[in-house]
Amino acid sequence: MIFNEKFECMGEAEMKKLQSERLSKLVSRLDSSSPFYKKRFADTKAAPGKIKSIEDIKKLPFTTKEDLRDAYPFNLFSSPLKSISEIHVSSGTTGNPTVVGYTKNDIKLWGEVMARSLACAGAVPGDMIQIAYGYGLFTGGLGFHYGAQELGLTIIPCSSGQSKRQLKLMTDFKPRILACTPSYCLYLAEDAKELGLDPKNSSWEIGSFGAEPWSDAMRCEIEKTWGMSATDVYGLSEITGPGVAHECHLKYGLHIHSDVFFPEIINLKTGEEAGPGEPGELVVTTLTKEGIPLIRYRTRDIVSIDYEKCACGRTSPRISKIRGRTDDMIIVRGINVFPSQIEHVLLNIEGTKPHYQLIVDRKERELDELEVLVEVEEKIFSDEMSKLKQLEEHIRDEIASVLGICAKVRLVEPKSIERSEGKAKRVVDKRKL
Amino acid sequence: MKIKQLSVFLENRSGRLYELCELLGRNKINIKALTIAESPEFGIVRLVVDKIEKAIELLKANSFTANITDIVAVEVGDQPGGLAGILKVLNGAGVNIEYMYGFVEKSKDKALMVFRFEDPDRAIEVLQKNGFGIVGSKDIAGV
Repeated sequence: MIFNEKFECMGEAEMKKLQSERLSKLVSRLDSSSPFYKKRFADTKAAPGKIKSIEDIKKLPFTTKEDLRDAYPFNLFSSPLKSISEIHVSSGTTGNPTVVGYTKNDIKLWGEVMARSLACAGAVPGDMIQIAYGYGLFTGGLGFHYGAQELGLTIIPCSSGQSKRQLKLMTDFKPRILACTPSYCLYLAEDAKELGLDPKNSSWEIGSFGAEPWSDAMRCEIEKTWGMSATDVYGLSEITGPGVAHECHLKYGLHIHSDVFFPEIINLKTGEEAGPGEPGELVVTTLTKEGIPLIRYRTRDIVSIDYEKCACGRTSPRISKIRGRTDDMIIVRGINVFPSQIEHVLLNIEGTKPHYQLIVDRKERELDELEVLVEVEEKIFSDEMSKLKQLEEHIRDEIASVLGICAKVRLVEPKSIERSEGKAKRVVDKRKL
Repeated sequence: MKIKQLSVFLENRSGRLYELCELLGRNKINIKALTIAESPEFGIVRLVVDKIEKAIELLKANSFTANITDIVAVEVGDQPGGLAGILKVLNGAGVNIEYMYGFVEKSKDKALMVFRFEDPDRAIEVLQKNGFGIVGSKDIAGV
């Protein structure tokens, strides 16, 4: 079913008119209510009054991750804090996380786009859904929750982890839909076998998988192993969380809800609009958000876009699976990790910036493992074994505290980490995604 | 009376210890005592050598991470109970030992042990008061 036909099947001319109205209203609202954007418009000489049509969006400045970093915690909010109903955080590039805020209307919007997304995947009111994305500061769990509620599903709010319990509830409650990271889904298959369950007999018929990149090969493996339809969900907390785009049952790209999240694809070299079908950086403008609306936010995800109407009946454009990043961010167990965060941790611990490298690997059907190599230079070397062990532990604890993941720390000899002439190779990703 | 010991960080990779010793040997530096404190991924090699200043410069120039620690070389009676006797004295005076290991050669007719003390100066005072011989760096060269 299509959840909201009015918007999801809207004709091109009507959509352009709607987007133009929304953009014009947004820009004039920000010019008066957002000190950040008022200044940004003035600095870049973008004339808010001259923004009448959606085509005029090119005249507006971009917003970047660094802007969010510098605005920590609430300086990019466009509504008073008292009207912010919910706050979420996600990884930042340094020690501070990225903070986003939702007014009541923003939460309703989130529910709306997630309901559309779940319907895209094939869910219908009355279905039962097992939400195994983390609930809490991470946007995954709650985003799916609001969407499922809006669509009229029966929710099992499992959150992540406790695999044996997840499988027991699946066996006893028989939910039709599963929502979790794709690697967790395959990980569950191993536990299922140990419990003597045949994954093919599971009640799950549809999966909505995301929060990390995953290939078509992985899709095939999930579908074959579990006997379910595996669909892709895309999102980022800066825009709303999960629900920015979702695959329909035809799996020919992810429908992006362009009436509220206006997409542009930017050529990386020129900063101009990419040609038709050409991959580039996805830039999103939130046309109706109130808490932390963003103009031309650079997502750092590289995709291509298709504006042809889909055979499912939806006219919303379709973005491809994420083909890469413009920065060096990696995703480990669904969590965003910036190598610069590790640098920040090391600098705080030792006051030095030793050479380091992140090694990410994933054994078959296991979860991601992160190892951080740190070169032992004189300043941090101790003759005492216990002190070196303590240093390892301290680094590990700080990484867990700042990044929210458990990494293994290995002390290595100086010069053992490859030096490069240009940018240092901070990440070695051994995973075959 | 303290002696300088070299500590070197080595990854637990095949050949690293050989490369270290080969470097020292090639540059005519003689090893008097050596021990390795190990963990699964790396080890700390502790050495007493005859030319420590030259050694540390050499190691740094060849990308080894190394530093210098003060240790005490103590003469131990070469008979059963020799070591226990020293330890009894140290224990009684509340002197804490971090680690210890043996020299390759003897000092005259006594065994020679390397001690790393939490408080080396106090340890030397206690040992000498109880008649134990401490070997200084000048005499190490001759061992």
